[in-house]
Amino acid sequence: MSRIDRRFAALKAAHRTGLIPFVTAGDPSPEHMVALMHALVDAGADLIELGVPFSDPMADGPVIQHASERAIAKGVGLNEVLGWVTAFRQRDTDTPIVLMGYLNPVEIHGYARFAQEAVQAGVDGVLLVDCPLEESAVLQPLRDAGLQQILLAAPTTAPARMLQLCELAEGFLYYVSFAGITGAAHLSTGDIAARVADIRAHAKAPVAVGFGIRDAASAVAIAGFADAVVIGSALVERLAEAKDAEEITVRVCEFLAPIRTALDAH
Amino acid sequence: MPTIDDFHAWPDAHGRFGNYGGMYVAETLMAPLAELTEAYLRLRDDPEFIAELDRDLKHYVGRPSPIYHAERLSQHVGGARILFKREDLNHTGAHKINNTVGQALVAKRMGKPRIIAETGAGQHGVASATVAARLGLKCVVYMGAVDIERQKINVYRMKLLGAEVVPVTSGSKTLKDALNEAMRDWVTNVADTFYIIGTVAGPHPYPLMVRDFNAIVGREARAQMLEQYGRLPDVLTACVGGGSNAIGLFHAFLNDADVRMVGAEAAGEGIATGHHAASLAAGRPGVLHGNRTYVLCDDNGQITETHSISAGLDYPGVGPEHAFLKDAGRADYVGVTDDEAMEAFHLLARTEGILAALESSHAVAQAIKLAREYPKDGIVLCNLSGRGDKDVHTIAAREGVEV
Repeated sequence: MSRIDRRFAALKAAHRTGLIPFVTAGDPSPEHMVALMHALVDAGADLIELGVPFSDPMADGPVIQHASERAIAKGVGLNEVLGWVTAFRQRDTDTPIVLMGYLNPVEIHGYARFAQEAVQAGVDGVLLVDCPLEESAVLQPLRDAGLQQILLAAPTTAPARMLQLCELAEGFLYYVSFAGITGAAHLSTGDIAARVADIRAHAKAPVAVGFGIRDAASAVAIAGFADAVVIGSALVERLAEAKDAEEITVRVCEFLAPIRTALDAH
Repeated sequence: MPTIDDFHAWPDAHGRFGNYGGMYVAETLMAPLAELTEAYLRLRDDPEFIAELDRDLKHYVGRPSPIYHAERLSQHVGGARILFKREDLNHTGAHKINNTVGQALVAKRMGKPRIIAETGAGQHGVASATVAARLGLKCVVYMGAVDIERQKINVYRMKLLGAEVVPVTSGSKTLKDALNEAMRDWVTNVADTFYIIGTVAGPHPYPLMVRDFNAIVGREARAQMLEQYGRLPDVLTACVGGGSNAIGLFHAFLNDADVRMVGAEAAGEGIATGHHAASLAAGRPGVLHGNRTYVLCDDNGQITETHSISAGLDYPGVGPEHAFLKDAGRADYVGVTDDEAMEAFHLLARTEGILAALESSHAVAQAIKLAREYPKDGIVLCNLSGRGDKDVHTIAAREGVEV
């Protein structure tokens, strides 16, 4: 059983909704990245999504775009990201880590080399936004090395294709709550609830919902029908100007702890 | 790479040209792309659609465009005959209209009331705004803030045509960022919006569709050559940014093994300086904007900023079919610097009375080089893809002249 599977099994046994924060690796500061990751766990994260910065993040809104630009300007690339995961694993061997990003950095790094280094660092899964099922043959070396491929499902996904995604889902299936980019703010929880219920009935893996969740209220609204919620842009925005490790920790705690509390009280 | 028997058989059903092309997009776009592919493949063989497109190309765009023997230029160069396919004479002044007329008809048939487009030099933006005005569609054009500054005339033309021009300030503020932003718009407004991509890049079916709509350039030119010269040219040349005018010219000739093809990429200040946009000549295979192709990126996979005097060539990727033709050895891709393009611009203006677009001036420079390689009875056919009216401010500024 993978680290991701174990974590979701434990959540299910405890009747809890998973909390998955997304942060852009290297933002707000490369030197405090490992501290930031530990702070996320201390504030209640069940799994960490670590964004690998890319110069042309087509599916992201301005918040994550700018975070990526800042990180790239500081020289952050896959080598640094994998280094932080390695360092994080010295103290935390339980919290699953999923690298989220775009294909080109992995392609240029080399699929086989990336697979081997990522597993060695302690990465559990990858979510490559611009690599849909049809193109995922290139990811075979990642699967062979034991990295789980987190698939996306969207409101526009046709029913037959949705069944296929449900069948192939591993780790968790990431349901994009609306057709749009990350950080946009229009959630219609009624529509999402019906769709997610349907997906959960078929999916071979738990279902996490992301895009548009900003705070405790929106997290709780989703929690009723999802196995986990993903929060990205609102957190990245909150962290953007934090100057040192202490401020990062405080901001993470102030942002994430109320969401954790609300989810657990739900 | 195995020998290719029929270059017209590509892409395959998945939109792949050998190792290139494909659909590298977020899940949200898979359904709209499937819908578009289905609609386009149906319309492509629909006699009514074809007739409507042909009518528009003839009466609205002004096709066929002539091939023109540039005698004084050829004489000046002293080599083979240089012929131009005069896409600069089209309505709106470039080959871009061939594609936008086609895609706008697809949008209309699909019942999409809003179109969006990205633009670099502004030619595709103008061509999109033009067809939107004609069909009564709402039009939003994304354009990098840097490009807005260097292509003011086209920005104003788009506004006169009723389009909204949205400045893009992320990244390098040029064409690639405009494309990102247009994709973001499309993913948000897929229900009522048709995205008219201006070049043979992007996810399938765009490289196929945009190539098909531009392939009329080569079909006409091939027939004109046989009719007027009784033979095919020795070599074709065209500038390559995304590569739509080049593939437009090349495609009809791809199975004519004796016709050589050379694409002219923007070498900017010289490939060795790093300030260029020559993805095929100096890049490597990667994934950008929905397809696998040659890209300019660093060792971290970050797309690098490009440079060219011409906004329309200032792009770090290239259409996947060109990547395929390069690997297959069917076409060669070489760099032409800013200075060489400027020199060709002036030479063409003074010997032939034609102001070429800065993009096309790269092709003219390459045609001049190629003409020197062939005897006097040889023929170099160059795609004069656009006219230079839009560039007079850039040229004046570069030469220290106040207009």
